Amino acid sequence: MTRAGVAGSVIWALLALGAAAIIARANYTADLSAFLPRRASATQRLLVEQLREGPAAHLIIVAIEGADAATRAQASIALAARLRSNPAFIGVNNGDATQLERDREFLFAHRYLLSADVTPQRFTVSGLHAAIGDSLDLLGSPEGVLLKPLFTRDPTDEMLSIIDSLDASHSPHTSDGVWSSRDGARALLMVQTRGAGSDTDAQEAACQALRHSFAAAVAASPSARRAALRLAMSGPPVFAVAARDTIKTEVVRLSSISAALIGALLLAVYRSLPALVFTLVPVASGALAGVAAVALGFPAVHGITLGFGVTLIGEAVDYSIYLLIQNRSDFRRSVWPTVRLGMLTSVCGFTALLPSAFTGLSQLGLFSVAGLIAAALVTRFVLPAWLPQALSIRDLTAIGSWLAVALEKVRAMRIALVALPLLAGAALYLHRDALWNRDLAALSPIPAAEQTLYERLRADAGAPDVRYVTVASGADRETALEAAQALTARLRPLANAGVIGGFESPSAYLPAPATQRARQQSLPPAPELTARLAEALAGLPLEAERLKPFLADAERARTGPELSRADLEGTSLARAVDALLVRSDPGWSALVPLSAPGPGELSDEAIAKVRAALTRPAGPHAQLLDLKGEADRLYGGYLADAVQLALAGFGAIVLLLLIMLRSPGRVLRVVAPLALAVLAVAGLLVTFGHQLTILHVVGMLLIVAVGSNYALFFDRSAAQPGQGSLALTLASLAVANLATVIAFGVLACSSVPVLADLGSTVAPGALLALLFSALLARPAVDVRAEGH
Amino acid sequence: MKPGGWLLCCALAAAAPGAAQAVDAQPGAGLDQLLQLLAARRHGHVTFSEVQQLAVLDRPLQSSGELVYDAPDHLEKRTLQPRPETLILERGVLTVQRGARKRVLSLRDYPQIVPFVESIRATLAGDRASLERYFTVSFSGSLDQWTLELVPADAQLAHTVRDIRIAGERDELHTMEIRQTDGDASTLTIGAALNP
Repeated sequence: MTRAGVAGSVIWALLALGAAAIIARANYTADLSAFLPRRASATQRLLVEQLREGPAAHLIIVAIEGADAATRAQASIALAARLRSNPAFIGVNNGDATQLERDREFLFAHRYLLSADVTPQRFTVSGLHAAIGDSLDLLGSPEGVLLKPLFTRDPTDEMLSIIDSLDASHSPHTSDGVWSSRDGARALLMVQTRGAGSDTDAQEAACQALRHSFAAAVAASPSARRAALRLAMSGPPVFAVAARDTIKTEVVRLSSISAALIGALLLAVYRSLPALVFTLVPVASGALAGVAAVALGFPAVHGITLGFGVTLIGEAVDYSIYLLIQNRSDFRRSVWPTVRLGMLTSVCGFTALLPSAFTGLSQLGLFSVAGLIAAALVTRFVLPAWLPQALSIRDLTAIGSWLAVALEKVRAMRIALVALPLLAGAALYLHRDALWNRDLAALSPIPAAEQTLYERLRADAGAPDVRYVTVASGADRETALEAAQALTARLRPLANAGVIGGFESPSAYLPAPATQRARQQSLPPAPELTARLAEALAGLPLEAERLKPFLADAERARTGPELSRADLEGTSLARAVDALLVRSDPGWSALVPLSAPGPGELSDEAIAKVRAALTRPAGPHAQLLDLKGEADRLYGGYLADAVQLALAGFGAIVLLLLIMLRSPGRVLRVVAPLALAVLAVAGLLVTFGHQLTILHVVGMLLIVAVGSNYALFFDRSAAQPGQGSLALTLASLAVANLATVIAFGVLACSSVPVLADLGSTVAPGALLALLFSALLARPAVDVRAEGH
Repeated sequence: MKPGGWLLCCALAAAAPGAAQAVDAQPGAGLDQLLQLLAARRHGHVTFSEVQQLAVLDRPLQSSGELVYDAPDHLEKRTLQPRPETLILERGVLTVQRGARKRVLSLRDYPQIVPFVESIRATLAGDRASLERYFTVSFSGSLDQWTLELVPADAQLAHTVRDIRIAGERDELHTMEIRQTDGDASTLTIGAALNP
């Protein structure tokens, strides 16, 4: 080994140890954070924060299916009791009588603070007369049956006013005393986990605990049909666990399959085990460097990045293939310049991904840049010194010559390539309306079956997807509640007019302190109220004597303490307040979701009216948030981002080639086959019914970045006919290409959409890039003569 | 069914009106015939008046209005006096409209209301399955002058309602009396038929 070789090896060993140390200490995550933007607008931050840590991020909807309604209800009650005693859960609600009773008791006990009808006017003589008159009418109707027991305590029907103001359409149905799906076929529970939304371990433990509790509840069930009970659960915590499991297993599975297939390929080509081992040195070094770079550049290495990293195997292995197959003795002079330029073009392509707002992409960019540079440097400075002189691999000249002859025959038909842009263009044009997939869910690693289950359970629970949310903000909880109260005053007329179906405000469950005080002051002191009541009952079929409980309750409310969040503890209203009153930077936000008057979403006209009501002058600061629109914008942003980055990367590659090759003609010959390959792949994808996602766009950039290696070797052969054997060059390109196609092809089989999209773009793209490069290259030498 | 059985059925159906006097001898048969008769009626539109005695009040509540029925599960009670109110029962969902306020109650969620509305709805529809699901039903009198007594079948319903008596003549209802467990009671009297 030369001195340079020794130095290189020592530096390599030190860097490898350093990288290993960094990797050992790095944080790893596999939650959904890779799919959330690193930068976002204020509303998107609110959205993303809600997705990550909001109460919705902790909610599991549990369905108990099978057996009969009574058995399900009994299991629901038993399961709820077990979960309530488990500290992993902060809220367990199944609509059972105790829960409902607790909610009703709370609302009734605090009715004079909660009812929006409590105004000074209502407790005047005429106000009381009218309210009690209305209440008497109600007593005669079927609803009166529900209200009759409360009448002497609540003759002005504040309880009814409160129930009316709560959007009851959102609570699930009840069957056999517990919540059930609309059709009654499933018992439902809503379970809130304690752990942070981003703490996937805690969520996994909670999901496990839930399953165990269910099994225990079933085992203890007295019903003969208990064996038929089944558990279904869905919600963000379940998704987080499922996504992590999927990504983990996929990454391990894909990298092992890739490694095994490429190993088998190389062994078949080299017929030498040592050669295979040497080939893998740059790949392993590149992987070490890549993970270490991401660990240094990001707070946590995402599992999905390691999945993308499988592609590095396919690309980095090329360098050592060129070294081993092509002119090994003269690698530095004849092969390295081309490998270096190919590496630089790839690096240009991946560098374009670094600024992406999509965390997964920018990690992929950094991983690949670091990995490719490391792999190329190891191939150039370390590996040649290690290769024993005696290392013999199969001579591939014969195969290369055969390839050259075959190629020469196919070249005659290259005129057909002219049709390709036309065909691809026609395919893209025919699918122009549905070219892009604009759905954020297209990136989600959550299996479609899980998403369908979630939609079904949400519909069962009467909690349809909320699209429009009005948001009122304040410096603290109290001012946010105050703003929410002002907001509801503006929304109420729209709800009464049927423009919107209704709304849900945290101020309905926890009115702002000032409002509570105003309501207390609306109630006259006991002697005064007694006098007014006596007068108000004139002409009504009722004695004042009977309403003594009312006078006592009103006096208690007037002089009692105000309500706080702590008073809600133990009721299901606490969950609603926590979901709707959230900390946002800076201060607090009250979320007031709107529902449509009928099935479907709010009309554009209704939205315009809501906006007008919100922006009327001299009001509190409130805004309308279109969650779906916001999510679409988020994804639209990713997509626009990806297209721009891909074009920038392409531009950088062309610029690099212009500088290095110093000939526009040569650059054109290198770039043209790559552009054709991209076009052909895009045409194929849409023809086979794919809608293009952000990962397809990135894949197209990678076709150019990876494919340029092949085009550059043909360019070298043409420009410097003396450099190396054309047959061996062809053979090495074929092997390298096969390795790349295998790596991306394996990725294309992934069940994680982002990985599959990338793989299904690059695998055919790389193959076509090599083919087109070969067809469009200027023939350098008479290959037939060389072959003999 | 054998051809003979089919013929027998037709014969019985044809003979049914004349056989009305014979039903007392066979308990259940009278109810069957009454319910068949009621089920055959697809539409009704009548006036009503109602008197309710509530212990908490000094004098009874009186109201009046119109009832509209379309088989098998649409029932509307439009109270016009003393204050307008509309109750619409449609496929197990009760919608109450009073002034600008509208409330929608699913009977599944409010079993207490069930006896008040299912008693009359199921009787009008001749829906024996529903009647017997909620009540123990006894028939007395004849098809020309009948009374149905409905006693809630389970504890949850019996919590509010003691019994319900519906009286009528052939396919027309005349009165419906509801006695509640707390002593309150109401009587609904059906008046003249109105043209739709």
